[in-house]
Amino acid sequence: MVVRYLIGIAVIVGLLPLAVSWLGFVFTVAIGKGLAALGVAILLRGGMISIGHALFFAIGAYATAFLMRGKINELITLFVCATFITAAAGLVVGAFMVRYRGIFFAMLNLAVSMVFFTLLSKLYHLTGGTDGMRVMTPTLLGMELSRPAFEQALQLIAIVLMVGAALAVDRYLKSPLGQALSAIETNEVRLEFLGVSARGVLLVAYVASAALAGAGGALSAVAIGHVVPEFSYWTLSGQLILIAVLGGISGVPGPFIGAFFLELVRTFAVGFAADAWNAIIGISLLVVIFFLPEGLFGILQRTETRMRRPKA
Amino acid sequence: MFANYAPLIVDGLADAALIFFVAVGLTLVFSVLHILNVAHGSFYSLGAYLSVVIGTFVAGRGWPALSFLALLISPIIVTLALGPLIERTLLRWTYGRSEALQILVTFGLFLILEDAQKLIFGVQSYSQDAPMTLLGTTQIAGIVYLNYQLLLIALAVLVAIGLRLLLKHTGVGKLIIAVVADQEIARAVGIDASRVFMLAFSLGVFLAALGGALASPTVGVSPGLGAETIVLAFAVAAIGGLGQIEGAALAAILVGLTRSAAIYFFPEFQPVVPYIVMLAVLLVRPYGLFGSIGLRRI
Amino acid sequence: MRPILSVRDLHVNFGGVKSADGVELDIHAGEVVAIIGPNGSGKTTFINLCTGYVIPTRGTVLFDGEPITRLPPRKITRRGIARAFQIPQLFTGHSVLENVMLAVAAQSDIWQPIGPLNRETYREAALRILDLLALNDSADQPTAVLPEGLRKLADIAIAIALKPRLLLLDEPTSGVSTAEKTPLMDTIVAMLRAEQITALFVEHDMDVVERYADRVFVWDTGRVVASGHPSEVLYNPSVIERVVGVA
Ligand SMILES: Nc1ncnc2c1ncn2[C@@H]1O[C@H](COP(=O)(O)OP(=O)(O)O)[C@@H](O)[C@H]1O
Ligand SMILES: [Mg+2]
Repeated sequence: MVVRYLIGIAVIVGLLPLAVSWLGFVFTVAIGKGLAALGVAILLRGGMISIGHALFFAIGAYATAFLMRGKINELITLFVCATFITAAAGLVVGAFMVRYRGIFFAMLNLAVSMVFFTLLSKLYHLTGGTDGMRVMTPTLLGMELSRPAFEQALQLIAIVLMVGAALAVDRYLKSPLGQALSAIETNEVRLEFLGVSARGVLLVAYVASAALAGAGGALSAVAIGHVVPEFSYWTLSGQLILIAVLGGISGVPGPFIGAFFLELVRTFAVGFAADAWNAIIGISLLVVIFFLPEGLFGILQRTETRMRRPKA
Repeated sequence: MFANYAPLIVDGLADAALIFFVAVGLTLVFSVLHILNVAHGSFYSLGAYLSVVIGTFVAGRGWPALSFLALLISPIIVTLALGPLIERTLLRWTYGRSEALQILVTFGLFLILEDAQKLIFGVQSYSQDAPMTLLGTTQIAGIVYLNYQLLLIALAVLVAIGLRLLLKHTGVGKLIIAVVADQEIARAVGIDASRVFMLAFSLGVFLAALGGALASPTVGVSPGLGAETIVLAFAVAAIGGLGQIEGAALAAILVGLTRSAAIYFFPEFQPVVPYIVMLAVLLVRPYGLFGSIGLRRI
Repeated sequence: MRPILSVRDLHVNFGGVKSADGVELDIHAGEVVAIIGPNGSGKTTFINLCTGYVIPTRGTVLFDGEPITRLPPRKITRRGIARAFQIPQLFTGHSVLENVMLAVAAQSDIWQPIGPLNRETYREAALRILDLLALNDSADQPTAVLPEGLRKLADIAIAIALKPRLLLLDEPTSGVSTAEKTPLMDTIVAMLRAEQITALFVEHDMDVVERYADRVFVWDTGRVVASGHPSEVLYNPSVIERVVGVA
């Protein structure tokens, strides 16, 4: 089921840029955010909202920049290392966060992301302050590619990453561990009475969601070629939440659908609505919550079942 | 010895006073509505913007003394314009829904309000100094103090006492306490809980906007202030224990003093100090100094 | 013989109310015992104390001779005590079958994130338990919309799926119609005997107690005020006076 949707999305996203070349970059960036939003969606399955998840996106991005500064130039190595570094950060932050639920969880995540933003902006000597850091074009499997060739390759890698991450998360969510995560939302007390540590279940989810955001951040860093403190700002956290909710959390393709949709809208809206982009995000968030609680993917699934079912 | 630290303490207490206004509003609304409003910090920044704009306008017309009036009128305008409106529409819809949904809705509101301010006031930094210069300074034991800071401290004490009197000794306060204690029973004995909700929320908006207005002569007002404020207010409310008014007061003093000490001793760490205090408190007491989490009956 | 559960001098109070006030009792392996007593006498609190949900201010609980007094619920569960709840505690986002499968998975291996929850082995184990409690027809129903009687059964099914050595049932027959009480208790007790599970159940229906309990403990204001074989205890005038008002 999910595989079919993912292949469909991958084909569309892979082919469209052949006709409209600038879409390639838009889609690559969208996949970066989609990965992070998938992380947000995992936590939403457990009923938890992190309004500071851009923290891990930024950690992944800055990790990439620092690794390159440390003379690591291979794209694959960069992605793997950045993701692991972010997962480790997720483990440390998560060990504290999993003690909390609801608004505490949400706000503490926001607080940590704000502290990190402040550090990124203030530690000028280390991070370049508000100017950020440049990220050069890495090598791919040892090959030095021209920028256009690299961007095309990166786009394919992004698609592979998207499909791979989505399938892995899908398996996880259907496994006992993933189902225990949803059980936290409905009855955490009973889960403890099954002999299961709810905090443990949540910590796994938290680390997974951090790793996804880190991978998304690394991808974006390489695609954009520049990292700035804004990567960790709450405005991006807000976008990630909107992407997750807009796409729908009932299935793993949701956040990616949401990301493509939002990035396309942004590409067109940026000309006349750049100043009001957060307001648009906020209004869309309210609209989605009020009118499309199941998100785009939910609607897609529903229409399909309706079309397939013979008229009763 | 004391003389060396006295200015530091006054700085810290003045800071605490400003933090107290906004944090106590947040905690009050939480204790009544059981919603933590992520957009609460935006009322603070709105109060700040409005009072600077009005204050500099009247000062420019040659009535700098009127800028004091602006400090009081702006929060009232913000409250009347937004308090009942937001409570009656957006928030009302989320009562009894999942906490996740309430967070999403107030977070959406926060995004909207933050950008609305940018659209209205632009991205430049605003400031006013009339209230500060008009009040001048006082010299005690050879040390010069800003009278405005002393005024802030006095106002915070007054508001704290006022809130206590309001809650314990007035009809409205008793209604609020009844609703906090048990909404079902309060409704059963004929209390109009929905009016209490609106009043409590508006009071929270007022306190936040008042904090912002009073802060405006001491800081530059620019985009991002609302976001910083909500996180700081949450940190303070969490340290005190969400929903605990006395807790918020104590936590504000703790954070204010630590911050001013940090400015003095380790200036570069000043922005993260409140969070370090929060982390330290929460590691020892997960729900804050006065907070606790009840057992669900099973 | 060493008792499987041994409780000594257990105390807890909630805002001045002494919900456990020096509870002492022993349960031996293989027994099925009942607790009776008026509402608010502390029966549920006693189960909460034995399972780690409420921490006693004083006293000890020994399971198999080992102290479990201050362990959290999940550790106590893993040692082999399961409970069903007076108010059913279900995962309302899952179907009845999934609820039980989660318990089956928890009991074997929940920490692996690869294979699906919905796998043949878990499914069969869960269906066997649903079968036992005549819940098959509701297997695929979402628990959020289940009638109270069936919720109660689903709650018990989860506890049984944990394969406990000691099972604590808080009013298993409340919410179940009078006609269904006997068949329900018949199946539960038959299962307990067959699997050699020791059990304790809180019950208001004296006929049920007399029929199924090896021993009965009478609760009042946070303490055990009488105990013994049902045929003695239930006909003791002072017990009748204490309990009958509510029973
Ligand atoms: N979590 C709790 N908080 C406050 N009071 C409680 C709590 N649990 C139980 N009590 C009180 O303890 C007493 C015993 O309750 P309970 O154990 O539920 O009685 P029973 O199950 O025998 O009806 C009651 O007075 C009840 O109000
Ligand atoms: Mg009970």
